[in-house]
Amino acid sequence: MAATLGQLSRLAWRESRTARRRLLLYMSSISLGVAALVAIDSFASNVTRSIREQSRALLGGDISLNSNAKWTVQQDSIFGALTAKGATLAKQVQFASMATSPGSQATRLAQVRAVGRGFPIYGEITTSPPGQYERIHDAPIAVVDEQLLQVLNVKVGDTLAVGQGRFQIAGTLADVPGDPGLSSIVGPRVYIGDEFLNTTGLLVFGSRAQFEVLVKAPPGIAPAVLLIQYNKKLEEARVRTRTVAENERNLTSAIGQLGDFLGIVGLVALLLGGVGVASGVNAFVARKMDTVAVLRCLGATSPQVLFIYVVQSVAMGLVGSGIGVLIGVVTQFALPQVLGDFLPVNVRVALEPRAILTGLAIGSWVALIFSLRPLLALRTVSPLQALRRDADPTVLRVKLADWPRLTVDVAMIVSVVWLAAARAGSYERGFALAAGIAVALLVLAASAASLSWLARKLLRQGWPYVMRQGVANLYRPANQTRAVVLSLGFGAFLVTTLFLVQANLLKQFDGARAASRANLLLFDVQDDQAPGIDSILAAHQQVALQRTPIVTMRIAGINQWNMTQMLDPANPDSVMRATWALRREYRSSYRAKMLDGEKLVAGQWFGRRAARDGEPQAEVSLDKELAKDLGVKLGDIMTWDVQGLKIKTRVTSFREVNWARFEPNFFAVFSPDAIDKAPKTFVVLASVPDAKTVMQVQRDVVGRFSNVSAIDLTLVQRTVSGIVDKVALAVRFLAVFALAIGIPVLISAVAATRRARLREGVLLKVLGATQAQISRILLAEYALLGVLGALTGMVLSFGGAWAVMTFVFKVEVALAAGPALAIAGLMLAITIGIGLLGGRDVFRETPMAALREA
Amino acid sequence: MLVARSLTKEYPSGTSSLAVLKDVSFSVPQGAFLSIVGPSGSGKTTLLGLLAGLDTATRGTIELDGTDLGQLSEDQRAQLRGEKVGFIFQSFQLIPTLTAMENVQVPLELRGDRDAEERARALLERVGLGHRLDHFPTQLSGGEQQRVAIARAFSNRPRILFADEPTGNLDVTTGATIVALLEELNRESGSTVVIVTHDLALAQRAHRMIRLRDGVVVEDVATASAPVTGGAAAGGGVSAPGAQPGAAVTTPLPGTTATAGAPGASA
Ligand SMILES: Nc1ncnc2c1ncn2[C@@H]1O[C@H](COP(=O)(O)OP(=O)(O)O)[C@@H](O)[C@H]1O
Ligand SMILES: [Mg+2]
Repeated sequence: MAATLGQLSRLAWRESRTARRRLLLYMSSISLGVAALVAIDSFASNVTRSIREQSRALLGGDISLNSNAKWTVQQDSIFGALTAKGATLAKQVQFASMATSPGSQATRLAQVRAVGRGFPIYGEITTSPPGQYERIHDAPIAVVDEQLLQVLNVKVGDTLAVGQGRFQIAGTLADVPGDPGLSSIVGPRVYIGDEFLNTTGLLVFGSRAQFEVLVKAPPGIAPAVLLIQYNKKLEEARVRTRTVAENERNLTSAIGQLGDFLGIVGLVALLLGGVGVASGVNAFVARKMDTVAVLRCLGATSPQVLFIYVVQSVAMGLVGSGIGVLIGVVTQFALPQVLGDFLPVNVRVALEPRAILTGLAIGSWVALIFSLRPLLALRTVSPLQALRRDADPTVLRVKLADWPRLTVDVAMIVSVVWLAAARAGSYERGFALAAGIAVALLVLAASAASLSWLARKLLRQGWPYVMRQGVANLYRPANQTRAVVLSLGFGAFLVTTLFLVQANLLKQFDGARAASRANLLLFDVQDDQAPGIDSILAAHQQVALQRTPIVTMRIAGINQWNMTQMLDPANPDSVMRATWALRREYRSSYRAKMLDGEKLVAGQWFGRRAARDGEPQAEVSLDKELAKDLGVKLGDIMTWDVQGLKIKTRVTSFREVNWARFEPNFFAVFSPDAIDKAPKTFVVLASVPDAKTVMQVQRDVVGRFSNVSAIDLTLVQRTVSGIVDKVALAVRFLAVFALAIGIPVLISAVAATRRARLREGVLLKVLGATQAQISRILLAEYALLGVLGALTGMVLSFGGAWAVMTFVFKVEVALAAGPALAIAGLMLAITIGIGLLGGRDVFRETPMAALREA
Repeated sequence: MLVARSLTKEYPSGTSSLAVLKDVSFSVPQGAFLSIVGPSGSGKTTLLGLLAGLDTATRGTIELDGTDLGQLSEDQRAQLRGEKVGFIFQSFQLIPTLTAMENVQVPLELRGDRDAEERARALLERVGLGHRLDHFPTQLSGGEQQRVAIARAFSNRPRILFADEPTGNLDVTTGATIVALLEELNRESGSTVVIVTHDLALAQRAHRMIRLRDGVVVEDVATASAPVTGGAAAGGGVSAPGAQPGAAVTTPLPGTTATAGAPGASA
């Protein structure tokens, strides 16, 4: 007759009585990791689900047709055919223009959207007061973003000037499906009826505008079928198409990528928690040796013993994961408040059972697998230990080929790789991630071992006693050097990596903020308007810093191939060329010199290499990445279609461009002789000292040339800073969260030696040690552990940050030692804090405790 | 019946090995009350560990009721302990997280007995702790803890019970009560009792005494307390009551009869 599992479980439950809280503390290491996974997964599913539910409203129609140029006759005839088939169409034109308050003369660049009746077909643009959007076709009125009212210092009912047109502001926008809330910060939206577009006098030649037609398929015809019928014609007419499904896929995959990245952070956090669980359970096992020896004397078999403690660990792991789930769900509900502005969809928050169960399962599994490793040691506890109290509990009989242990090890590695692969999207990346973690742990273990070794080597009799004792603690039997250095170092590694990645991402914007002296940018200046602009600037004692010509063009051919051939899949041209790069419209410039923000990475700048026979004289310099996508090599001949005119150029250099700078940047820059005769517009940069003058110049320019847009860069920079700050906040939240995980993990790490330290401290007190002396012993030990762990973690994080920036974000990385050192300092402080906290127990105990110890 | 033949235990020490027990042989008939004495370090605990199957001998064999312990795996020995062996330690070794009741139930539950609770209560009443059932070890005095340990040791109706210096952590009077209790239970249950002590006065209260010195048996005699027919001779009868005054408890041990043949809870 053997004990039933129920009986053993009951015994396990009772026996865990006082250990439950402690075990739960260790298991709480995984709570935050689980919380992260649950929050991220749930939120991502919420967003995806919302996108799916609102997908038609997000696009506005079944199909969206787009072009960057005014609809041509050819295109219009397609629309006519569609209407004839019974399809419903609705139009929109969107362009940037200055919106001015005639009253205050304040002016601000806005996104003007002139919409036709029935736009959008699906979804609803809502306003406050309600019902105003529906009125824009009947009178010259506009509904605008609240933000614009603030900037222009006007209110609903006031007049707004857009170009030559005058519109009464009828209300503010409440919700525009498909637009992230943030889009109003970039440029406040102004909706007007397209009936009144002409009154603005805008949309002259060369001004940038996006033309969109939404299509609703006629009843009985599936949108996909309709699209297939017209696909070829639309393609020939250079109309870009987007279906609900494509739109949904794009939106979802963007969210998915963000979710994947965050999910990996969560997973690494969970694994860090696993390390905490392992060291905590290790401590737990050390405490339970006596009890296990007695149980063995009383006839418990080793599987029974193992079962009892596995049940306890799993139960507490489940509770720890459950707490994590709770935190995760709370976070999930809070996330739309933080991230809502970045999302194109109104997120409907709902519990996601799948995410919850997954989090619970992964958490419990990690808790089980990481506690199993130390728990297996309980199998080898000899019943003899019950007879010999002083027997060293840490000396366990270790067999080399211990199959259960090897199995657990393999299961652990397989789980980590599998989890990493599931999160990272592929086994390759999963292996890479797991290998990265393994390398980090190995480096930490090695540095812990060398610390022990060094401590032994360097220890000198001449040192003060407390110092000697503290340093000796690092290498004597059953020391905690490895456990602490591992968990502390890994925690520091995680936190610092996150921080460095954030700092590097944000630095891109900082460079932009600092880069240019210019603070006023005028664009869409026509050829003949340039002198007028100059005279306005001169009237305010200002000059143009830079006048950049812009010529719009498309690619007509590369080497011997024309566009049709290159787009033909059966084309014998063996070079892979990205369709997007072939098809897009290029806004290019020409100049003789290079700019500060550019770097030549291959070839030579214009005029350095003479054309060979049969080669065109004109030269072009391409952005390095674009050249790669186009499959263009130095010396290739590119033919450009500049508004009907074919221009042949030699590719003579590749440049690296810092796109984050506010100065105009170009994919293609031509030698002046190539295109300076082509029709062009200008971007004019000026540095205008004070805000008042900036406003006056803007007002004068817009007053005289309504097609010219002015951007006050200080405003844009402030906007960018705002966005950057939001992102930074989110990432900092992640880092703080990682730091928070570090604490239970560290507590678990020092738990193993807590009792030994306590007993020893009490004994020292009996022998006459003062509290200050005991504190200093602890301080010496934990300071050394902390310094080593934090610094090793920091060095590792440089590698981690480099890997993330290089492989994930593909940006150059600069390692900020200062902040990293600050984090290391913080980790050190936490370590010493936890160490000294343990000391408090020593102070609380009277020396009598030493006598009571049998 | 417990039989030890030529037991030798050596511990490796450096390159050579240190013999802690040298060629120890004796046999203990069922129901006997045996004490092992000797100075500290003479090998008493080592011997007890071997007899109970907690450890394995370097050479020699131990047979418990005809089973050669050396032939069993560690877990088989654990099961055998659960069925036939009881334990009492110098430092009581109650499981600190369990109450008195629960501590006594452990061996029964490990075996899968259903009547664990009932029997545990009866046993604790028998050792005079009927009113302390739900107390935790830290809430009990040393003598009380040891009485709980005794109840636990008897809970599985052991064929043989080992006690290593059971009075070592107790004052003289309490120690005497504990030995008296052991003696009574030995008589009531028919379990063999082997008690290790360095206190000669207590050892004299057993019926037979083995003296160890430096790992060698130097004396094996019947004591004055031995029943008239007893002594070192074989024979399971413990029918003659030992004249033991001063026993604090008198109710008979539940679930057992006073005959030697009845106990034995092998499945
Ligand atoms: N694991 C061990 N390794 C080496 N020597 C041991 C070990 N355990 C016990 N001994 C030695 O065996 C001898 C007998 O110990 P023990 O049986 O505990 O004696 P007693 O219980 O009679 O005081 C002692 O000298 C002790 O040092
Ligand atoms: Mg001993």
